[in-house]
Parts: sequence; C-alpha cells; structure tokens
Amino acid sequence: MDLSNGLPRKELSVWLALLLIALALPSFSPPYVVLSVTSIYMYVTLAVSWTIFCAPTGYVSLATATFFGIGIYVLALLGKTLPLPLVIFLGGVASLFLGILVGLICLRLSGFYFAVFTFGLSELIRNSVLWWEHNITGTVGRWIPSGSAGKVYYSMLIVVTITVITSYLIGRSKYGLALKGIGESEEASEHIGINVTLHRIGLFAVSCFFMGMAGAAMGTKFSYIDPNSAFSPLISFTPVLMSLFGGVGKGYGPILGAFILTFISELLLSRFPYFYTLIYGIIFIVVILFMPKGLAGVLTRTEQA
Amino acid sequence: MRLILDVIISGLIQGAIYGLIAAGLNLQYGVARVLNVAHGEFVMVGAFWTYSMYTIFGCDPLLSVIIFSPISLFIGYLLYKSLFQYIRKSSETAEMFEGNSMLVSFGLLYVIQNLALLWWGTRTMAYSYFCSPLNFLGVTFEANRVLALFIGAAVMAGFYFFLRNARLGKAIRAAAESPTSAELSGIDIHKVLGLCFGLGATLACVAGGLISMMNEISASMGFPYLIIALVVVVLGGLGNILGSFLGGLLLGLVTTVVMYWQPELTLIASYLIFTLVLLVRPQGIFGR
Repeated sequence: MDLSNGLPRKELSVWLALLLIALALPSFSPPYVVLSVTSIYMYVTLAVSWTIFCAPTGYVSLATATFFGIGIYVLALLGKTLPLPLVIFLGGVASLFLGILVGLICLRLSGFYFAVFTFGLSELIRNSVLWWEHNITGTVGRWIPSGSAGKVYYSMLIVVTITVITSYLIGRSKYGLALKGIGESEEASEHIGINVTLHRIGLFAVSCFFMGMAGAAMGTKFSYIDPNSAFSPLISFTPVLMSLFGGVGKGYGPILGAFILTFISELLLSRFPYFYTLIYGIIFIVVILFMPKGLAGVLTRTEQA
Repeated sequence: MRLILDVIISGLIQGAIYGLIAAGLNLQYGVARVLNVAHGEFVMVGAFWTYSMYTIFGCDPLLSVIIFSPISLFIGYLLYKSLFQYIRKSSETAEMFEGNSMLVSFGLLYVIQNLALLWWGTRTMAYSYFCSPLNFLGVTFEANRVLALFIGAAVMAGFYFFLRNARLGKAIRAAAESPTSAELSGIDIHKVLGLCFGLGATLACVAGGLISMMNEISASMGFPYLIIALVVVVLGGLGNILGSFLGGLLLGLVTTVVMYWQPELTLIASYLIFTLVLLVRPQGIFGR
C-alpha cells in the first residue's frame, strides 16, 4: 500500500522530519535526554498498540504489563545466546501466542468483565512467576544482558516506528473498517458477514505482538529484573491513561498523549519529587473535566472552528 | 477441630472487612457506574483518621468511626456532585462516562496518595486497643478482632435492611436495575447516585477504622484493598450489594484457609478464583 496515498503531503513531511530528528538525536544530545526519549518511545509503543485493539472494539485491556513482561522475560532467557533483533522479534511472537490464547478464552466477555479479567489475569501471572521463582528456581529476579544507551535507543525507535506505521495501515485497511463496524454494532457487523470473534482475536494478538517487542527492546535498559518490575500493574494502567489523555478518536492522539505525559512525569519527578503524583493527579482531573475527548478532541474542535 | 474453628473465625473476620469494602465499591460502580479506583484510598484515610484520633485525643476508635461516617458520606456526595455528575453531563455515551470517570478517580487516587504520604510518611503504624485475649471453645482471639467482626456484621445487617425496606434503599435498588426507568418513575437520580457514592465512601472508611484496630496501617495500604474489592464485586455480582457481603465472607474464608495451608499461594488463589468465576459465571456466584 502506498503510504502517501490518503495521507496529506504536509502531514507526511512532518512525520518524516520527526523521524529524521529522532535518528539524529543521540549524536547531539546528552545521555539523559537519550534515555528519557527512549522511555517516551516505549510508552508511545504501548499506548499505540493498546489503542490498536481497544479504540475500535471498545474493550479496555488491562493486561499490557503481561505482554510487556513476557517480552522482557524472553530477553532474559534468550538474550545471551541469540542476536538482539531476533530476540526482540521472538519477544513479540511469544506475546502474540499468549494473546491468541487469552483472546480465545475471554473475548466473549463484555465490557467491564473483560477489563477486570485482563487485570486479574496479569496479576495472576505476576504472582505465579513470583511463586515459581521463589519455590522452584529458588532465586527471585535475574540479571539480563544490558545494551548501551544508544543500542536501546535505536531498537526502541525501530519498534515504535513499526508500531505506528502498522497501526496507521490497520486503521485504513478493510480489516480496520470491519473492526470499527464491530465496535459500533456487533450484531450488524455479524449480519453483513464479518467474523467478529476472529477479527477481535487477530487484532488483540497483533496489539500484544508490539507490546512484547517493546518489552524485549526495553529490557536491555534495565539490566536487572524481577516479576514485580517486569509485570508491574502500572505498566498496564499508564498506556490507558496516556491514550485517553491524548484522545483515541485520532491516530496521533495516543502518540501525543504518551509523549506529553512521559515528558511531564519526568519533569515533575526531577523538579518536585514530593509533589509529583499530586500535580500529576490534578492535571488528570482538570484535563478530563475540560477535555473529555482528550487533546485530539480539542485540536479537532479548533480545526473546525 | 480447634484449627478448623480458628480458621473459620479468622476467615469471617477478614471476610467481613472485605465485604464492607466491596459493598462500597459495588455501590459506586454497580449503581453509580463510577469505577472508583481511589476506593482503597478511602479505606486508608478511614484507618488514619481513627489512628490519629486515638493517638492524639485518646478518642475511642468506635466513636471515631461513628463521627466520621456522616463526614465521609458528605465528602463522597460532594465528590459525585462536583466531579462525576459534571462528567456524566459532558459525556455522550455511557462508555465514555465510565472511561472518563475512571480516569478522574485515578487522578483522585494520585492526589490522595500524595497528600497521605506528605502527611503521614511511609512508616507503618499501629496502636493497641482492646486487645485482651478472648477465649472461645479453646481458641484464643484478640478481643478487637472479634469486635471488628461484630461491627462488620452489624453494619452489613443494617445495610441490608436499609436497602430492603427504606424508601431510599428501594430507590437505590431501582437505580441499580435501570437508571432511566428509575428516573422516569420520579426518583431524583443524581441525588440517589450521589448518595450511593457517598455511602460507598462511608463503608470504605468504616472498614478502614476497623482495620486500624487490628492491623498495622500505612499510606500505601489502600490499593490492595481495591483489588480485593474488585474481585469480590465480580464474585458477588455487579450491582448486587448483598452478593458483595456474602462474596466478601467467602473470599475471606478461602484466603484464610489457603493462608494456613500455603501462605505464598494466597494471592494466586484469589486471582484464580476471580478468573474462574469470570469465565464460568460472569454474572457472579449469587447473580441471576
């Protein structure tokens, strides 16, 4: 599919310029900027892949941490023996299969039940891995092969680029339209011959694939992991907040949300460590009260006006 | 035999606390449709209020709980009226309201957490109140835990009769069934939902006060209780307040049994029950 087809030339050039800046960034900025930008990429990947599934279908998945953590664990197990690009890919594949399994089990649940189920599942997996390490292997946590800041940066940049492009392509494809239809009316879609379950599971698996890749790519930054940090519930919640903050109605919403919120939290954490969550919380409440459709909603409104 | 009795009573004590918190969350989510993630923080605040009143003024924890019940009801009511009612009006669809109100409650969670940390720090605290040993059929319990069980049971029973017989209780049940038809039959829906939210906060605060009598408390104690409450709400059925009480008792019993047998499997067991119930009976064990 031709990328420029349908995407205004102006917008395309903005994205290309951003990509060029991103490619050149490590050569002219101090290491801590590179590290912060790497975590921005991670959250953009997670927010966008969360949105791939959750925006068109209306399901809220709270299992992001599981698929991210699977990626990290794949890295921990295979990182010493296999080359990094392959490990990142395998991290995605492992999450993809788990995603299919989870999808088969639970995508017949509706709304709220799906959300709490995915949350319960990710907590179940976290505690089971913890228990396993405690009782079977005897050591909790493990060292993982770490990469240089530059290596992590570029692997994360590649993952985020692939994720964003894929999400754009899915949104434009026949497949994406079918999903939007399911989100609007499940029954009507079934009547015109769309296999609802198959579409949902496929999409869920795709979104898990990217979360797993993000985990494997980002894992090299941590050098030491244990189940509590790899499967931290915060990793499930943060992308949801970011996507809704940015607005899921537009493709760039989650990207914007992840970018701004990661930036704000890094800034607050270094400037006001004691009032960090207080300010963060207030920003949240104010944003939702006055911009119920996220930042993208506000931007669209000003465009139309 | 002794062990069995010990486990059953400990389980009921734990379960009564779970039941209170979960019934509170169920009022907020099952009826008012606000998935209040800050619910656990109300438990924490209730615990610290009681703790501070006892250590600073020597005020009896039970008296503190009675004093704070109407205050927390009022705060919860105000929160609904100021934040969530506004979101309800600005949201186009029910899903949008649920998403946005959950986000706002996340904001609340962050704000309350941070204030609590500034105020009370990260230490764990405890006080001893009414902890003379109580002998029952050869098993010894601290008196405060038995007291907590009785108060928990009394609150549950009172609440049950309130929902069953009082005019307002009936209005709450009607709103849980269908907000639209409740409104059509002349119920001031926003007032009822606001009261549900407030009552949810009250139940959390009461549970927090009871917890402070028997366990150590800390500023980060809230979130785990939210998770447990979510599990119990699903167990007992969404919108089914009585189901939440019973589900809480059930989960308390199960976790205590697992705790005696294999302490490390406690959390795994509760999540396993949770996922199984969702798969087999998503309407809850006591749901229709």
